[in-house]
Amino acid sequence: MKTLLEGQGQLFSNPDPDDARAYFRTKSRRLENKEMDLSAAIEKHLHDGDYLGIGGFGANRSPLAACHEIVRQRRQNLGLAGHTATHDMQILSVGEVYDRVDVAYIVGLEARGLSKCSRKYIESGKVKLTEWTNQLLATRFQAAALNVPFMPARGMMGTDTFRYSAAKIVECPYTGKKTLLVPALYPDVSIIHVHEADIYGNCRFTGITVADLELAAASKRVIITTEKLISNSEIRSNPHLTRIPYFLVDAVCHVPFGGYPGTMPGEYFSDEEHLKEWLTAENNPDTFKDFVNKNIYECKTHQDYINRNGGIEKMKHLRKQELMLHREVTP
Amino acid sequence: MNKYNSMELMIAVASRELEDGASVAVGTGAPCAAAMLAQKLHAPSLLILFEAGGIDPNLPEMPISVGDSRSFYQASMAGSMNDIMSACARGFVDYTFLGGAQIDMYGNLNSTIIGDNYSTPKVRLPGSGGANDFGSLCWRMMVMTNQDVRRFVQKVDFITTPGWLEGGDSRKNSGLPLDTGPYKIVTDMGVLDFEPDSKRMRVISVNPGLSFTDIQNNCGFELLCAKNIGETKPPTDRELEILRNEVDPYRYVIGRN
Repeated sequence: MKTLLEGQGQLFSNPDPDDARAYFRTKSRRLENKEMDLSAAIEKHLHDGDYLGIGGFGANRSPLAACHEIVRQRRQNLGLAGHTATHDMQILSVGEVYDRVDVAYIVGLEARGLSKCSRKYIESGKVKLTEWTNQLLATRFQAAALNVPFMPARGMMGTDTFRYSAAKIVECPYTGKKTLLVPALYPDVSIIHVHEADIYGNCRFTGITVADLELAAASKRVIITTEKLISNSEIRSNPHLTRIPYFLVDAVCHVPFGGYPGTMPGEYFSDEEHLKEWLTAENNPDTFKDFVNKNIYECKTHQDYINRNGGIEKMKHLRKQELMLHREVTP
Repeated sequence: MNKYNSMELMIAVASRELEDGASVAVGTGAPCAAAMLAQKLHAPSLLILFEAGGIDPNLPEMPISVGDSRSFYQASMAGSMNDIMSACARGFVDYTFLGGAQIDMYGNLNSTIIGDNYSTPKVRLPGSGGANDFGSLCWRMMVMTNQDVRRFVQKVDFITTPGWLEGGDSRKNSGLPLDTGPYKIVTDMGVLDFEPDSKRMRVISVNPGLSFTDIQNNCGFELLCAKNIGETKPPTDRELEILRNEVDPYRYVIGRN
């Protein structure tokens, strides 16, 4: 297969399928109790220098409590899959916990605007970047999940996104057509927020899956944060509802409202007021220092953070919004 | 006082491009409003897709995020990003709407950096997100944007998402799926398409009260002018009524005046 063009970006992870298999061979297949505190899970499974993947879609079913905890534990030099990274990255940027990023979507919060804090850190030159696209990062997780060294795809060709990626363009051995290849991506750790999990790590969630099934399968270690713990018999009575099987999972952390201030489908809507306050606070370094002290560093738990921002009354309000109960008022 | 504002005009014009039975991949904001308007007027069976996994939602209101619960409300399927993008790759998706900080005469889009140097940009922007995927794989890419010399530039600082690349056959030769590419650009001053051979941007209609020169004066590169340049049809009363009352009652996108 002839290589025609190569992106000049750096590859931050090892795509070798046999190295990955050798690791997965060592992972426990036993049904073991993996329930632990979020702080203990981050302490045990996420180390300085690790490559991290984050589930959900930025501020939708994303493990935001875990992002706070990573900053509180002052992790450093992490690699980051910047896949649909919005508020999750905005939190991690506070602690400057990462120093290399595979970029698909970073810095922004969709229509809400750009994060000054993320921008400033990225623009500082302290972070190495390699460009990709949302789907091609998902494809890289899929390649890892299938234990193939790369996957062919048909986008990105002809652009600077390709030029600054670590993809290659080859001549397809079957059709002779120019074809893009993207390498498998095995994160050291991924963190995924779900609706329900048992203590062994069997997970259920509703709504879109984004790229979480591929991410969970690709990752060497998986930390689950869950809104609710459920029994193993509940899992076994409806096995078709299990989306992530237990043997992929290393830690299960019961964190109610663990996706706050983002959206959790069917449970609570995003706290747009708080997200706006966060974006505004970033405009002034002194204000922002106080803001992150109050909302991250001084908080012992996620519960503490929520209590500082309206507590259970706020969550009741966000539930009404998520369920669009205003539409049920009789005209 | 005008009966409508330029955002309402752009949304109405864009919605008319979406025919019944077609499929469209959209983001939040104006493109989503255009798709919703089309669905409520002339294209009830328009298939709407969101990049995070929402397939054929019954949109109750406009989503804030392309991955929030509205994007798969009463949908045919709450799927994955792979479900959406692989459908685009297989040729199931007819239209997409994209945007960017810069666009050039071939419809190449930049949403990655502002500045001359990739490693020391003046401004770092989000990057591709799903834009490069949609722009590479959907049949027809459209853009809704304000006409402005800082946005319509001779050379984009970074080609995030492919348009017609360097024009002519360059996109065809790049390896991207055949027959895909930029289709129409809807601005607050007119509608533009791409001349079939050179693939250069061309004005095909001007909005009421404006001329080709007005558009050229708000564009950083030389525009072509179609032979029979028309006047953009303003939004009808029906379009405005549905847009204001049903699509965007809180006027998030269309604004107050």
